[in-house]
Amino acid sequence: MSALIELSGFSKRFGDTQVLREIDLRVERGEVVVIIGPSGCGKSTLLRCLNGLEIGEGGLQFAGEALDAGSDWSRVRQRIGMVFQSYQLFPHMTVLENILLGPLQVQKRARAEVQAQAEALLTRVGLGERAGAYPRELSGGQQQRIAIVRALCMNPEVMLFDEVTAALDPEMVKEVLDVILDLADGGMTLLIVTHEMAFARAVADRILFMDEGRIAEEGEPQAFFSAPRTARAQQFLERFSYLQNVPRRK
Amino acid sequence: MTFDWAFLLGTLPAFFRALGLTVELGLIAIATSSLVALLCSSVLLLRLPVLGVLVRAYVELARNTPLLIQLFFIYFALPSLGLKLSGYSSAIVALTFMGGAYLTEVLRAGIEAVPRTQVEAGMAIGLSRWQLFRHVILPQAGVFSLPALFANFIFLVKETTVVSAVAVPELLYTTKNYIGLYSKTYEMLAVMTALCVLLFVPLSLLFRALERRLRHAQFGS
Ligand SMILES: Nc1ncnc2c1ncn2[C@@H]1O[C@H](COP(=O)(O)OP(=O)(O)OP(=O)(O)O)[C@@H](O)[C@H]1O
Ligand SMILES: [Mg+2]
Repeated sequence: MSALIELSGFSKRFGDTQVLREIDLRVERGEVVVIIGPSGCGKSTLLRCLNGLEIGEGGLQFAGEALDAGSDWSRVRQRIGMVFQSYQLFPHMTVLENILLGPLQVQKRARAEVQAQAEALLTRVGLGERAGAYPRELSGGQQQRIAIVRALCMNPEVMLFDEVTAALDPEMVKEVLDVILDLADGGMTLLIVTHEMAFARAVADRILFMDEGRIAEEGEPQAFFSAPRTARAQQFLERFSYLQNVPRRK
Repeated sequence: MTFDWAFLLGTLPAFFRALGLTVELGLIAIATSSLVALLCSSVLLLRLPVLGVLVRAYVELARNTPLLIQLFFIYFALPSLGLKLSGYSSAIVALTFMGGAYLTEVLRAGIEAVPRTQVEAGMAIGLSRWQLFRHVILPQAGVFSLPALFANFIFLVKETTVVSAVAVPELLYTTKNYIGLYSKTYEMLAVMTALCVLLFVPLSLLFRALERRLRHAQFGS
């Protein structure tokens, strides 16, 4: 069976800037892949290319189907959930309306069935009581959990998370990460971009370290975090371990 | 000179009919212009190839020519092309022609104010371009546009006075008519002004209240 996601020699440029360079990547079903790397190295762009928000050049396959600018992306996107750093709930819709929009309009499913699923998912992320609320009435952490439910309710085969805790206050980070851990435990295929190194280590089957548009290093989290092979990855991790143990001033 | 109250009272029934016609023309023009604007702004947003250019040309033409000229063209020039419209129909076509263009611009500005990231969030759940417009962009653009939209509605109702030029017996026509017949200039202008205040002040207040209500419904507090 083919991999769920397969990139070969995949590149993306914006004008003169080459953002992704000849990326080769296979993601198997059920795998949890965490992508880390310095700011501007192309992590977001890589995720956005996977669901056609950006169109690159080179090989890109989803479940064996080759994808390019001419593909029916609306159909493909139903199978790929994406969650953004800034949640992006629709402000003029209630929580429930946000969640039902895709399943009802795009997938043309029956309301009763979708609503039951939405309510079950909301309960699962601890927000069973907030179906009627508007996004602005919710905290950042609550909004982000709703955004995850909105994507999940389409029954996607993979979820893409782009720094989904970066905009949250520390006390809300856990409630969102718990949801992602729960998904990983449930066997969902996940691609996660994050700056939370401890979380990356805890959740990942595989770490991809990106640098200047390339996958500079990849490996199992244990091996990667304890003994990175490339100098760039070592440097990158040192900065994080410094941040976690800033020495007390004299 | 004396103010002729008796004469004024005698004209009131005619003036109230005229006021009714002004309101009717205004409401129809608001409805038809909004419809035109909705169509035109979706054409612009969906970047439809040929239609897009036509819409741009229409908006520029309609916004950069006086309503009176548009009205004369429709009422006096179209018959020679084989299309004869009554004064009333010409009035509605002309008001729609102009109003549609202004409202298109208002909606377009509102549409541009919807963040790109919102559109991407809609794309990410597989919405088609039309579904994005209908469910994500238009409702938010509508709320952003509300103040300008309502200002243009009132502008449109005020512009109905222009159609007095093709003998539609609305407020201004009725006023001019009485002045021409009886030379009661002060009395008639006084009635007209009073009726305008009577119409537009409540209308403005209504729109302001509506704006608050809609904003509340849209964004939930
Ligand atoms: N639409 C765009 N147009 C032009 N350049 C872009 C665009 N989007 C991204 N870039 C550039 O591509 C590079 C990679 O951006 P990307 O957002 O993928 O980085 P990132 O790894 O996600 O960074 P961060 O950790 O800061 O989120 C950056 O140099 C960025 O400036
Ligand atoms: Mg990024």
